[in-house]
Amino acid sequence: MTTGGPKIQIQHISRAFGAPGRVAPALAAIDLEVAEREFVCILGPSGCGKSTLLNIVAGFLAPTTGSVLVDGRAVTGPAPDRGVVFQEYALFPWLTVTGNVEFGPRLRARPAAERRRAVDRYLDLVGLRAHADKFPTQLSGGMKQRVAIARALANEPAIVLMDEPFGALDAQTRETLQDELSRIQRVEHKTILFVTHSIREAVYLADRVVVMTSAPGRVKQVFSVKLPDVRDRFAAEFTQYESEITRVVKEEVAKVRE
Amino acid sequence: MASLVSNVSTLVESGLRGPVLAPRRALALRAGALAGFLAVWSLVAGAVVALKLFNPIFLPGPWLVVGSLVELAVKGQLWIHVAATLERVAIGFGTGAVLGVALGVAAGSLVPIRNVVEPIVELLRPIPPLAVLPLFIVWVGIGEPSKIGFITYATFFPIFLTTVAGVRQIDPLLLRAARSLGARGSALFTRVILPAALPDILTGLRLGVALAFFVIVISEFIGAEHGLGYLINDGRNFFLVPQMLGAAVVLGLLGYAGNELVRLLERRLTRWQHPA
Repeated sequence: MTTGGPKIQIQHISRAFGAPGRVAPALAAIDLEVAEREFVCILGPSGCGKSTLLNIVAGFLAPTTGSVLVDGRAVTGPAPDRGVVFQEYALFPWLTVTGNVEFGPRLRARPAAERRRAVDRYLDLVGLRAHADKFPTQLSGGMKQRVAIARALANEPAIVLMDEPFGALDAQTRETLQDELSRIQRVEHKTILFVTHSIREAVYLADRVVVMTSAPGRVKQVFSVKLPDVRDRFAAEFTQYESEITRVVKEEVAKVRE
Repeated sequence: MASLVSNVSTLVESGLRGPVLAPRRALALRAGALAGFLAVWSLVAGAVVALKLFNPIFLPGPWLVVGSLVELAVKGQLWIHVAATLERVAIGFGTGAVLGVALGVAAGSLVPIRNVVEPIVELLRPIPPLAVLPLFIVWVGIGEPSKIGFITYATFFPIFLTTVAGVRQIDPLLLRAARSLGARGSALFTRVILPAALPDILTGLRLGVALAFFVIVISEFIGAEHGLGYLINDGRNFFLVPQMLGAAVVLGLLGYAGNELVRLLERRLTRWQHPA
């Protein structure tokens, strides 16, 4: 399964925001390793810095201290080896669904036939083949996020970073997309770092769930979810993980309230 | 006011724009308004002649205006004047648009450039372009370069400013998405920044076209031998009021056509905003 060292090494990352003198630490001393093909969910109360952590791995933000290594090399900025899926979809509104999905392949000047194959393959994967010529404004939220996932995958990244990707969707659509992502991962075998505040979502998707403390965020506890690849949200083992993690998360939420 | 918010259900259905008129009814209203305008003009002009109110040379009827245009056209002169004006507008506006968009994109996306360019633009912008026309003439003479340069100068400002605004309002999330997909340098400009700012750039171009027709007339008053502005000025010197009004009508039509051309471009290029 795992070849060589860890795919992502997060080494003693901290990050502070604000003007000098009034610095507020958002992340404090995070250490985390993600193996190749592993699906890791980062869970924590809002404001705990989980999105900040993801942005640092993506290369959008520089850490105040520490470093992120991908395949042993330090991350210095965003690059196509790390695809990103945002909560707000971030589709290019002037491009059709096809145009969005082939954005990456086009940048790398792939021949038209190859781009077409990539578009067909990934739109099939997310079930949007029939909407290939629509513009983002014509799609529902769930469809937009499917396009965003297809766009990220069509660029063939080894790592996919997902920042609360289903956070803006209604409960029904959310579960459908969780099912689809789980199915996609069984085909694509990406290394995935997935930020969420939904415990259920984390248990449903992740190989490991990393629970963070409230701000400044650090790793509070890591759970290995030993459940079958295809999961049943109503299985006894599933709900047991859910309640166990809920207990740990609640401690942190309570701290924020104090 | 009553019709503005008369009825809640109309308001809910169509907002403050009110319900859409049937196309035939809308067309009838528009055609009626134009016909009415021409009728009032003809009546007043006719009354001036019939009642000897004042010298009718001051207010020729629409038929005389059309007549003078037809005469110019038959003599083959109209086209020469239209072509001279159009050429100046095309070159001057084209240069202004290229400069405005290029500098606007640079100033919009690069903070150091913005801090250099913006104060200069803000300093020059409040000066009405017409105030600097004499300067252009002093510097480069009354020939073509000063006329074209003047249009470029005048059209640069709205295009530059809307481009800067367009680039600055780009959702940073789109830039992040593009960067994570591997876009950098010139690809980031051509594939993300330009298309994202395009709706604003096109608004600037529309303002620029209008301004180009606005200022060309005045620069053709001075030291021109051709052009619609020259026709107006020539008409003034020789008291040819129909020629003055005729040239003005042609300018109006050209400005309208220029505006429609940019709008057509707008509809084609920003179809994604309102896909069918």
